[in-house]
Amino acid sequence: MRTLTRTIVVALFSLPLMSGIASAYELVMPTLDYRTGPYAPNGIPFANGYGDYLNMLNERDGGINGARISLIPCETGYNTKRGVECYENTKNEGESGALVFQPLSTGITYQLIPKASVDQIPIFSMGYGRTSAANGKVFPWVFNFPATYWSQATVFVQYIAEQEGGMENLKGKKIALVYHNSAYGKEPIRTLESAAEKFGFEFMALPVDHPGQEQKATWLQIRREKPDWVMMWGWGVMNQVAIKEAASIRYPMNRFIGVWWSGSENDVLPAGAAADGYLSGAFHQPGDGFPVHDDIKKHVYDKGMGLGERERIGEVLYNRGMVAAMWSSEAIRKAMEIHGTNEVKGVHVRDGFEALEVDEARLKELGMEGFTIPVKITCENHEGPGQVALQQWDAKAKQWNLVSDFYEPLRDITGPLIAEDSAQYAAENSVTERSCN
Amino acid sequence: MLFFIEVVLSGLMAGIMYSLVALGFVLIFKASGIFNFAQGVMALFAALTLVGLMEKFGFPVWLSIIGTIAVMILLAWLIERLMLRQLVNQEPIILFMATIGLAYVLEGMGDILWGSDVKVLDIGIPQGASDWMLDTFDIYIEKLEVFAAATAATLVVILAIFFQKTRIGRALRAVADDHQAALSVGISLHTIWVIVWSVAGIVALVAGIMWGSKSGVQFSLSLIALKALPVLILGGFTSVPGAIIGGMIIGVGEKVAEVYLGPFVGGAIENWFAYMLALAFLLVRPQGLFGEKIIERV
Amino acid sequence: MIYRETGQFKANYQDDQALFPIEQDRYVIFGILFLVFGVVPYLMNEYWLNAILLPFLIYSLAALGLNILTGYCGQLSLGTGAFMAVGAFSIYKLMVAVPDLGFIPLVVLSGLITAAVGTLFGLPSLRIKGFYLAVATLAAQFFLIWLFNKVGWFYNYSASGMINSPPMTVFGFTITGPEGNMTAKYYLVAAIVAVFALAAKNIARGRIGRNWMAIRDMDIAAELIGVRPLIAKLSAFAVSSFYVGMAGALYFAVWLGSAEATEAFDINQSFLVLFMIIIGGLGSVLGSFLGAAFLVILPIMLKNILVDGLGTDSALATHLEFIIVGVLIIGFLIVEPHGLARLWRIAKEKLRLWPFPY
Repeated sequence: MRTLTRTIVVALFSLPLMSGIASAYELVMPTLDYRTGPYAPNGIPFANGYGDYLNMLNERDGGINGARISLIPCETGYNTKRGVECYENTKNEGESGALVFQPLSTGITYQLIPKASVDQIPIFSMGYGRTSAANGKVFPWVFNFPATYWSQATVFVQYIAEQEGGMENLKGKKIALVYHNSAYGKEPIRTLESAAEKFGFEFMALPVDHPGQEQKATWLQIRREKPDWVMMWGWGVMNQVAIKEAASIRYPMNRFIGVWWSGSENDVLPAGAAADGYLSGAFHQPGDGFPVHDDIKKHVYDKGMGLGERERIGEVLYNRGMVAAMWSSEAIRKAMEIHGTNEVKGVHVRDGFEALEVDEARLKELGMEGFTIPVKITCENHEGPGQVALQQWDAKAKQWNLVSDFYEPLRDITGPLIAEDSAQYAAENSVTERSCN
Repeated sequence: MLFFIEVVLSGLMAGIMYSLVALGFVLIFKASGIFNFAQGVMALFAALTLVGLMEKFGFPVWLSIIGTIAVMILLAWLIERLMLRQLVNQEPIILFMATIGLAYVLEGMGDILWGSDVKVLDIGIPQGASDWMLDTFDIYIEKLEVFAAATAATLVVILAIFFQKTRIGRALRAVADDHQAALSVGISLHTIWVIVWSVAGIVALVAGIMWGSKSGVQFSLSLIALKALPVLILGGFTSVPGAIIGGMIIGVGEKVAEVYLGPFVGGAIENWFAYMLALAFLLVRPQGLFGEKIIERV
Repeated sequence: MIYRETGQFKANYQDDQALFPIEQDRYVIFGILFLVFGVVPYLMNEYWLNAILLPFLIYSLAALGLNILTGYCGQLSLGTGAFMAVGAFSIYKLMVAVPDLGFIPLVVLSGLITAAVGTLFGLPSLRIKGFYLAVATLAAQFFLIWLFNKVGWFYNYSASGMINSPPMTVFGFTITGPEGNMTAKYYLVAAIVAVFALAAKNIARGRIGRNWMAIRDMDIAAELIGVRPLIAKLSAFAVSSFYVGMAGALYFAVWLGSAEATEAFDINQSFLVLFMIIIGGLGSVLGSFLGAAFLVILPIMLKNILVDGLGTDSALATHLEFIIVGVLIIGFLIVEPHGLARLWRIAKEKLRLWPFPY
């Protein structure tokens, strides 16, 4: 009786559970998109890239090893509460259950980290979320490769040092950080503080409140303090306003470096020609000149299944969504290989992530040769390579170009910080470190 | 010293940008006693429509502006027809809540009609720092904001003439003073409301253009309403000059606080400082700087 | 016919002053309580409990708190988000410092801390009124959030300023943390909400509540007949903040599990709770629940219907959801400006006469 009533209630109210019943085994991949709300302009291209790549796999190869991918978009509006609702709504979808979550927001990632181990679904917070999740011993279910904010901050310091002519020349320099006043924006502060101590540069942090349309006070302070370099951890409208303000006070653009979330076409276009030379972090190439883009156009857009506009393929955030989908699907492929079945579940995919290795050769097979850095994940290290390059905006050609090599992060700075932060998490939540042997 | 002047100037300019948003609130509150929560969204909606007309239909700037004004007037008419008319004589908080419903509707509609991407709005307003000021005096002034200040001044003058000299303006003031008395001398409340909401819509368009030129037209534009709140409260809900002067006080106050006090306490104090400042003024004058004196009878 | 008090005589004062003087009302309340505690947890799956019912109950508690202040005492507040944050950060600090006290006492304690903070920010209400008062509470909103974001002590100096709720148990069931038992969470929150909803109903009809309503209806007149505005207004702020603080504590510790001040408790939170009580009905306990249901459950239902039922694109569905919620808000206000609770009251009047309306 109980089950009967339950079935009726469930059938009446939560139609989602009904739609998942299908004959063949499908790989369920929910996506937590945000195509609405204040951060929608950034969320849309990412979601398009992610979805288009997976749809392309379905159309071209019939999915992963023949198992079709079932893409379930859920709109979060970059809002933590809605994100949690989406997670709960989609985690048990279909026969396989959700295989991997890409939360796409620091807030939602923090929510899902503790839930992941209970529900046994891996979280792939690609280059965002909790930095200390790089420590796979404490966070077995969370992956944040290819690099964290902390690694990125140290890469920026190295780039600056290189431009100044060596690490020793950092002494006495002044570096400012303009950051989104939230958990996300605060991430690099501790790293930069340790770096400042180590290399003897002066560090100043200037917060900007959400949403960040009015930054006069911040840029006046920069005008007064005249820092040699400015870094930015911004998001949404804050990026556009900051770049415009920087241009207005004639701050040299080639000394202004944004995090990889502050380096998309959306951020620089409103500033027009003034944004020329602006730098930002990156871990993949911009542009649509790779074979994989042709495949997407051929198998997805030619069939009228594209999620976005054809001419926007290859935007920075589009490519980022695509590379996220690539790594996720490769992890699923690896999981199938390890467990010898196509019917993988979240718990298997976690193993796939942990054994993930996408090297140059594999990238070439995927039509992404030179598109991003090779990644190799181990049980201890969920951050992978941690390498970051810098890209620069060319306002005339309206495109981003990679202008540096990939730098190794300064692990002697980030390492202890990661150990300390993960230890604190482990202590507060009574998590015991697992052994990786 | 020079830097201080610069901070104050920037504060004044930023304040006037806030005032542009606050003006729309004041107009509607003055004429109908409604606190229009949707004002920020109206600014977004107007700016979206403007960009949409320019980009999707390829209209020239002047035609797009006229088109947008027409849309805003149509919107005002619809609001009066479908919403205000049904809610005559309700308490202020109910009308406030109704405008929240309106905000939801406009938000959803704007996005469906014009999409959620950042749109560059360029109607030829000068942008960037004024080179002349920067080179001669080493003072940083944003051209856009000077333009906005001039626009605001023009707007206030036009509104003043409109309210003082025209027939409709007088009718508006009569309605603001006493609904029933105005009705009894034959002023049509419905028409007046359509007019007021149209004017507020046009003011929203101006605010939308200024803020949209600054940051690109996108959803965040609707959040500037929050910046207008302390201005509104400080200047008084019913005073047009109050909105401007309140804006300048808030602008200068928060910039000076952020630049000189911020570094010592970790920064980002602008937002709450604006409210604290407004609160301090209110404790002395509970009706705002220029608000009508609150008379209470038993 | 069914709903009629004929034949129910009140023979003593106790009957006359019962919380629910009409017998049928009592049955309804017992029925609801039975449903909430006896039936619902067995019918619902985890998604329902966690994603819909828990937030609904917690927001109801917050709305109840704000309704005491705004609905009963007439003081407009836009600081609910910040006061929820006070509750959340209090319980976080308490859970880390003195976990042995037990979870429920800690919730009450964080409510009390919030009450103190709320009273402090209620002081300007003695001088400022109406929409202008909103600014005082907005100052609280922005200042407190800034404080929780800036001062490392509040979040134990974690790198990002996030707080995580450590595992705690109540009667042997894990309530907080990832291992938390969903049904236990639901029971705990439902029990707290039920107890304090009854308490609110009692306070509201007692002396304090009547003082509040006198202040709301006309503060000068109330002062003349001997209600002390200082005590009435500040007590409203205190009691209201107590509720809101507890709601904040549950919101963070039981429901979300981790939170950051700037996002989880921002100004939208304050607006949301205010919308709930206006939609639900100012000055009504039932209204707080109805309003919370309207703004928490309805959007999720709409989403599920649009996306999963009709197959609408998820972004378009969100926009449509906004439009539909907006239209419904306006529609309900036009039909019944005094909130959903009033609709229920009218329905009750009708029921009394049904099926013979004359």
